[in-house]
Amino acid sequence: MAGGTTLQQRRRFLENISRAAGGLALFSMGLGVYSRQAQSLPAEALRPPGASINEKECQSACVRCGLCVRDCPYDTLKLATLVDSVALGTPYFEARKVPCEMCEDIPCVKACPTGALDHALTNIDDARMGLAVLVDQETCIAFQGLRCEVCFNVCPLQHKAISLDRSHNARTGKHALIIPVVHSDACTGCGKCERACILEEAAIKVMPLKLAKGELGQHYRLGWKEKEKAGGSLVTPDLKHEYNLPEGATYDYEGEGLKQAAPDNSMNDTPFGESALDRLNKGFK
Amino acid sequence: MATKSIRNRVGEEAVQQKGWLVAHKWLLLRRISQISILMIFLAGPLFSVWIIKGNMTSSLLLETIPLSDPFVFLQTLASGVLVDENMIIGAVIIAAFYFMVGGRVYCSWVCPVNAVTDAADWLRRALNIRNRITLSRDNRSILLVAIILVSMISGMLVWELVNPVTMIQRELVFAMGFSWVLMLAIFILDAFFSRRAWCGHLCPMGKFYSMMGRYSPLKVNALHRSQCDDCMDCYAVCPEPQVIKPALKGDEKTSPVIFSGDCTNCGQCIDVCAKDVFSVGHRFITPIKEIKNSDTSQREVSL
Repeated sequence: MAGGTTLQQRRRFLENISRAAGGLALFSMGLGVYSRQAQSLPAEALRPPGASINEKECQSACVRCGLCVRDCPYDTLKLATLVDSVALGTPYFEARKVPCEMCEDIPCVKACPTGALDHALTNIDDARMGLAVLVDQETCIAFQGLRCEVCFNVCPLQHKAISLDRSHNARTGKHALIIPVVHSDACTGCGKCERACILEEAAIKVMPLKLAKGELGQHYRLGWKEKEKAGGSLVTPDLKHEYNLPEGATYDYEGEGLKQAAPDNSMNDTPFGESALDRLNKGFK
Repeated sequence: MATKSIRNRVGEEAVQQKGWLVAHKWLLLRRISQISILMIFLAGPLFSVWIIKGNMTSSLLLETIPLSDPFVFLQTLASGVLVDENMIIGAVIIAAFYFMVGGRVYCSWVCPVNAVTDAADWLRRALNIRNRITLSRDNRSILLVAIILVSMISGMLVWELVNPVTMIQRELVFAMGFSWVLMLAIFILDAFFSRRAWCGHLCPMGKFYSMMGRYSPLKVNALHRSQCDDCMDCYAVCPEPQVIKPALKGDEKTSPVIFSGDCTNCGQCIDVCAKDVFSVGHRFITPIKEIKNSDTSQREVSL
């Protein structure tokens, strides 16, 4: 009798334990898979200044309290809800809707209780929320030769983050194209340019840094930079290139092209004068 | 006294004996507490009166005192994130508070989900809906362990990606998103499928706070248990009925205090009891005094 009950008890115990373990495993797996999925941040969702570029780090440090949202004076930041494809409860903004105004005192970073927004960020110009990219040269009217420059004009770091470069307008042949160019060393990704772009759909867009920036292979070395760093050529110095030119002629490859040597009078009696026309004329004579 | 067989409504006798207001005293106090806490959070965004900023996972009281949810803090610890001191200070303050008043006071006096599950339970009782699914109360412990484990492995706050409790708290204070869908789901589950399914069986947060309140000094007790006429009303209303029995049905040597951390100190047993068996007190109450006092009265009534 007693043996039977212990056996039953043992069986029930084992059943309970295995059920608990099974449930634990099932739930953990589901949660684990979902957490992986939740790490994908849509490109148009930008994180507040000071947030880690690594989405996983950003999510694990953020407790979703919304204090950054509360202290944002421009209602730029909002918390993700269940239907947004941003990790639940985390703060983000969309540049085309409301860009970051780059407050000098960075209240959102100060408000963060966990350091998910890095408190070491004290100069807003050092923020890297993303990087503006002029993604569509086909619709950007500057590329059509029209004066726009709105993105340049609203840029809080004019001339540094966006500058205007002139180039030749091949269509008219006599005008200039005034092209906005973004510089990643200064652009904070505030999104004011994207917000201000006059097109129906912005031609300049702030993208996550990972999407916007290329990265040179670590093994790659640019010879001229290495040379500059070392203060001289690291390999056998290049031989000065010699062009196979007519005697006396030089080639200026920075502008003027082939430079004829002064006409050599000693060659006058040969049939080959300095120009083909001379030779023809000579024949007639 | 034998009204039990003809009585059909839980708590009716208590209302007759004590009056409606007294028989709903703790319920009303809890609702007032829940609503006023929510209103303090909403006073900022609605009326620009910034008493407290943030939400229940982390906030700043009067621009100076940080308050944080210790359960979320535990998750950040498990995921290996070194959070700033404000979060830690806030979590310690809140943990100390709930240790003093009882961990699951959070569940019954603060958490807005409580109103949803209480409403579901009320409907279930009113329509006499029977349990369709029997859940184990261990589920919440399993969930709690799983959450900590997955947080440790993945290094992320995984539970906060789905947690309906922090979700509704956040969305009530900030813009309402779709957390109401989850609240509706919890309501349906609780009302039509399984009694007190969410708060009593599934919510890992409740389990965490239960562990935190296990040794709280403030506890509900069945000090006058000798007056109990076994009407079972307290079991019917209690969200964690398993906690009552050891205190109520104990012998002279066992304490009348409800020690279990699962008790939410909601006071519904006090409200619903026509015999005033239950009261709120500290955990060190001894049964000896109580037996001396009510021994005679108990004999008169029951014999």
